[in-house]
Amino acid sequence: IMCASAKYNTRGPALIPRMKTKHRIYYITLFSIVLLGLIATGMFQFWPHSIESSSDWTVEKRSVHDVPVVKLPADSPIPERGDLSCRMHTCFDVYRCGFNPKNKIKVYIYSLKKYVDEYGTSVSNTISREYNELLTAISDSEFYTDDVNRACIFVPSIDVLNQNALRIKETAQALAQLSRWDRGTNHLLFNMLPGGPPDYNTALDVPRDRALLAGGGFSTWTYRQGYDVSIPVYSPLSAEVDLPERGPGPRRYFILSSQMALHPEYRSELEALQAENGESVLILDKCTNLSDGVPAVRKRCHKNQVFDYPQVLQESTFCVVLRGARLGQAVLSDVLQAGCVPVIIADSYILPFSEVLDWKRASVVIPEEKMPEMYSILQSVPQRQIEEMQRQARWFWEAYFQSMKAIALATLQIINDRIYPYAAISYEEWNDPPAVKWSSVSNPLFLPLIPPQSQGFTAIVLTYDRVESLFRVITEVSKVPSLSKLLVVWNNQNKNPPEDSLWPKIRVPLKVVRTAENKLSNRFFPYDEIETEAVLAIDDDIIMLTSDELQFGYEVWREFPDRLVGYPGRLHLWDHEMNKWKYESEWTNEVSMVLTGAAFYHKYFNYLYTYKMPGDIKNWVDAHMNCEDIAMNFLVANVTGKSVIKVTPRKKFKCPECTAIDGLSLDQTHMVERSECINKFASVFGTMPLKVVEHRADPVLYKDDFPEKLKSFPNIGSL
Amino acid sequence: MQTRKKYIFLTFLASWLLLFFFGGDQLRRFAFFSGRKAEARRNWPRWTDRSLLKSFADPEELQSDGDPSLPSPRARRAAWLSVYKNSRCRMETCFDFSRCEKHGFKVFTYPRERDQPLSESYSKILTSIERSRYYTPNPEEACLFILSIDTLDRDHLSGQYVRNVDEKIRGFPLWNGGRNHLIFNLYSGTWPNYTEDLGFDIGQAILAKASFYTEHFRPGFDISIPLFSKDHPQRGGERGWLYQDSIHLQKKYLLVFKGKRYLTGIGSSTRNALHHIHNGKDIVSLTTCKHGKDWEKHKDTRCDKDNVDYEKFDYQELLHNSTFCIVPRGRRLGSFRFLEALQAACIPVLLSDGWELPFAEAIDWGKAAVVGNERLLLQIPSAVRCIHPERVLAFQQQTQVLWDAYFSSVDKIVHTTLEIIKDRLLPHRSRSRFLWNTLPGGLLALPGFSTHLGDFPFYYLQHGSSPSEKFTALIRAVSPSGSLSQPILRLIQAVSASQYCAQILVLWSCEKPPPPSGKWPQTTVPLTIIQGRRKLSDRFFPYAAIQTDAVLSLDEHTSLSTSEVDFAFVVWRSFPERIVGFPTQSHFWDAEQRRWGYTSKWTNELSIVLTAAAFYHRYYHSLFTEYLPAGLRELVDGLAACEDILMNVLVAAVTKLPPIKVTQRKQHKETVPQQVKGTAGAADGRRFSQRQDCLNQLADWFGYMPLVSSQLRLDPVLFKDQVSVLRKKYPRLEKP
Repeated sequence: IMCASAKYNTRGPALIPRMKTKHRIYYITLFSIVLLGLIATGMFQFWPHSIESSSDWTVEKRSVHDVPVVKLPADSPIPERGDLSCRMHTCFDVYRCGFNPKNKIKVYIYSLKKYVDEYGTSVSNTISREYNELLTAISDSEFYTDDVNRACIFVPSIDVLNQNALRIKETAQALAQLSRWDRGTNHLLFNMLPGGPPDYNTALDVPRDRALLAGGGFSTWTYRQGYDVSIPVYSPLSAEVDLPERGPGPRRYFILSSQMALHPEYRSELEALQAENGESVLILDKCTNLSDGVPAVRKRCHKNQVFDYPQVLQESTFCVVLRGARLGQAVLSDVLQAGCVPVIIADSYILPFSEVLDWKRASVVIPEEKMPEMYSILQSVPQRQIEEMQRQARWFWEAYFQSMKAIALATLQIINDRIYPYAAISYEEWNDPPAVKWSSVSNPLFLPLIPPQSQGFTAIVLTYDRVESLFRVITEVSKVPSLSKLLVVWNNQNKNPPEDSLWPKIRVPLKVVRTAENKLSNRFFPYDEIETEAVLAIDDDIIMLTSDELQFGYEVWREFPDRLVGYPGRLHLWDHEMNKWKYESEWTNEVSMVLTGAAFYHKYFNYLYTYKMPGDIKNWVDAHMNCEDIAMNFLVANVTGKSVIKVTPRKKFKCPECTAIDGLSLDQTHMVERSECINKFASVFGTMPLKVVEHRADPVLYKDDFPEKLKSFPNIGSL
Repeated sequence: MQTRKKYIFLTFLASWLLLFFFGGDQLRRFAFFSGRKAEARRNWPRWTDRSLLKSFADPEELQSDGDPSLPSPRARRAAWLSVYKNSRCRMETCFDFSRCEKHGFKVFTYPRERDQPLSESYSKILTSIERSRYYTPNPEEACLFILSIDTLDRDHLSGQYVRNVDEKIRGFPLWNGGRNHLIFNLYSGTWPNYTEDLGFDIGQAILAKASFYTEHFRPGFDISIPLFSKDHPQRGGERGWLYQDSIHLQKKYLLVFKGKRYLTGIGSSTRNALHHIHNGKDIVSLTTCKHGKDWEKHKDTRCDKDNVDYEKFDYQELLHNSTFCIVPRGRRLGSFRFLEALQAACIPVLLSDGWELPFAEAIDWGKAAVVGNERLLLQIPSAVRCIHPERVLAFQQQTQVLWDAYFSSVDKIVHTTLEIIKDRLLPHRSRSRFLWNTLPGGLLALPGFSTHLGDFPFYYLQHGSSPSEKFTALIRAVSPSGSLSQPILRLIQAVSASQYCAQILVLWSCEKPPPPSGKWPQTTVPLTIIQGRRKLSDRFFPYAAIQTDAVLSLDEHTSLSTSEVDFAFVVWRSFPERIVGFPTQSHFWDAEQRRWGYTSKWTNELSIVLTAAAFYHRYYHSLFTEYLPAGLRELVDGLAACEDILMNVLVAAVTKLPPIKVTQRKQHKETVPQQVKGTAGAADGRRFSQRQDCLNQLADWFGYMPLVSSQLRLDPVLFKDQVSVLRKKYPRLEKP
């Protein structure tokens, strides 16, 4: 989106011709006429369409039974059978999707028709409740388009969710006569119950040529990886029964089997397990002697005991999901809803949405041959992992199984990700439950690197008008061997920086950047002049740091390039009386922040500070002219999840003659203001990201009984 | 002049008007007019009777999906065996799992025949397997078999093409139709159409092949491997280039390609189009027609100009300075370019439709590469321009993660192949996709240790958890007298007094039996004695008794105070993936002797923390014992003092980071300054040279020197600061 809008902006001004004042009125009049013309055009072009469409579709209330009837001649064409070799690059017309700045595919839905054969017998139920829900969800989503010419994916309104509810040949004929069928290219069919007796194929038997199939119950032999989408078999119980999420932890049963009509061979294996392990295994079956009126699907029985289904699933840690005649089972959805960890026993089954979902985190897959070992296999799963799997199972249900809408949108998103892979949703977004997304940290600088020393660092001095002190800082910092460039950010708009000749002569390039406004955030702007990864932010009054201390600070930063590495350390504390955070600058045994008056950090954090600072923090800091350093500490700790590194012992950092200023900073109002900042930032971040540590970094031989002249950094901590 | 301008302007406006009145229908499709009201969309109707619609399936039908007339599951599985063979192989039909049950995952390589020449690459593959912890020389024990016939190059025009493979294979008594065999291949087919035919019947063998086409790929069975050159290192391997250049958000070029353009034949259409996106500025796409003997016969009008431009840029220079690299198909789907770009942290933009990406069963390529579409080449520039900087940065780093974890050496490629197969054998004990795609990578995360993320030292941040708050002290006792020495008694007292100590384990490695329980000091924490086997590697055995994340490894002569232990443990909790300890040593490259040197003298750097007093994660015990091949542990057991170097090398190889030294009240025995030779005595001299040898042997085994140096020590915040002792949390650390 960014790229597209930028292009339009650059074109704008060039079109307006320069004009003389006396012609201005004339041009303005002309321009107004054109503008009016444009508006009129707009009205003319688009108004009638919208009236027409609304009268056609949304205003009029219609029944499913009123849809037009289409008669299929017996000899109307039948599509080819599905082509097993189809892949996105062979059977899919990607040109239809085009490049679009939103990276969203457009999906068109054919209008609903009722298909009958020559004798007027209907081909199938016009539409099922679930398929109607699915199409409604697509229609309400941002994928939808009503313009068949702009569509990338076509979804027929012919309902093929259940193969047993339709006539195969006639349905195929109905598909073939769709207006844009074109051998099924870019058509998407949804099917949950494929196959039928006697062989129960694992994919929809309706000939469908090149159409994509979102199918429930694929096997590895019918699933065209990267082309088809494996979807769940929807369980209508999801909508009927409200099972509140149950906290993780041990449950009454260890293994539970709730399926009816299991093959006797499976059942006898399960019963053997029960015989071996007793009470912790519960094998349920259909109830035989239920009184009338009780729906059989909502009860399960073990001997004479009757259990409510699906509630009973919440009583078990693991729930068995065995294959039936088909591979995909609706019980999987019920099990996930109950937060029970599914034990999937269905060789060659392609799990729902397996292209994006990491099922190892939510389920245990056991080969059919290993059924007798199920109990010991499950016992080897660590307890803490079971708890996570329970949470994960529930999350999968909530996000991808819960409704036809969830299933439809996940399917379209998967196809979308294939077409716009560079904008695809990440593994974490698909798989992490909200709680994990919230508590986990993904460090943007995750690669463990120790940047080469040769690169050096860029020192950035933010200054306003303390020229004398500034020059002293420049002179001191220029003595540091690894300094590669010095950048002075001149934040005073009323005064020009001193002339070139007046600046100290130093061995590295010195650049002065003038700012447009006196803002603290100017210190953290990712200037193009910064060519090194390491940045040393230093105030124009920090003159007491020795060259050894600064060089050592840089070496420490190299070992921790994703952290703030600085000299003056600070701490945040929880004030139990006031019930809020408090800022602490006393001599403490802990640190959680370093001041950016003298700190090394990665240039990338400048980018984050300037463009990705959450909430209004950046403006708030500029308005209050304070706490930019605390904001930086929050930002870095929040994205990396790591603590700061304080280097070298505590000392006075400012010049001895400026103690008055030092005294000022200890001023009570200053402390109150800083505490306010912490509280404000913590509320914007929604958490307290700062990490408290008890250590600081010193040179290996610091204060050791060893000749000073042999130490790399002898001049540390000395005033 | 003025009037002319006016007229031009008027005409311009008039044409605009005309355009709008008559061309409105076309304009309507432009994005900037799409802001029509949502209500006006022709949405899917809200049927009046939608709540009365029937469900797609009867609830009972959904819940009891059985058919008594179906054959029994056992019969079905038996029938599969005969149906799903050869090109339709899957693990459950073509692989004999029972072979792997008794002895675990063992790999047998056929004995090499003398008259059978092996290509360099194939002998590297065989060496990798024979060096690995899975190797067995006994076919009876084997779960997986590797042929000694070189099958890498199956282009029958090639000099390395082996003839009559079919005949030879049928002569092997172990072949068994290819069951449980793994066949490696880099090149298949030949000019002109490069079909993926290997020229012999692989039967039911698993095929690990480069340039796999998805249609021929048997999912969950075959493995796609990367194409690598014969110069690819056996082990170790070069680091990725992001290390040298560090992270650059902006590079000189956005997108580059420099390579051959095929004038005819398969793959030519993609490469012929590449010049279209060249803009000479940030996108450089250069092709040359010069290749093969008779290129001039086919040359077209562009060739001469292209060839001139081609020479203007250097491939390496482009690779180093570009953010994205186009990796188009060649004659075959994969190319060397793929690994080259990956190593260079130049994000691969793949234009190779239908290529089953290397190790895609485990690797999430969406995090490290842009999988483009050959047909949409012209959209690539705008697409990559629109990728956000954060994502680019993540892509760049992930290329390095993957390169270093799975591709930088033949060893890694082969091991990744084996681990993927091993994961299939025990699905419930296999790595999740997260483990494969997160540092330090799947090869170093053993699912046999745990499948729970929180049990590993690497994932605390991503997992949102933290290491346990207690540690287990493991003291190795070797005193020959068989009685308890004063130092060990003092040590037990000091350690057990730590508020973080959960238990003390004493690893009794003496010939004489341990003293009876009454002789041991009374401690507040449980004290357990483990009988060791008197091997040095014993101290890193994953004892079941160790239940805490942290292990404090100690020697009986170590002298530590409670505050030292407390402070070190608090530091370790901040760095749970590293070794955190007290006495340190360092390594250096001895340019004169052209070998690694080692010093225990006081230096300004450190790279080894002695395990005589160090905290580390208990996972490293498992890694030490299970990941390292037995040969390496035997090497360590044979030398007097090398096991701690191996542990340091191992952890450094995993983390790529140095260990951490913390404040120590007084110097540990070993770090007392000592002369290299002479004064310290012959025993110390021998010990020293053994350690140096050990270091060099380890560097050789790993293929590089994993140790990383550090220049810092972590002290308490107020350590030796001019402030009252009463305010300090660890005042005892400062006592002389």
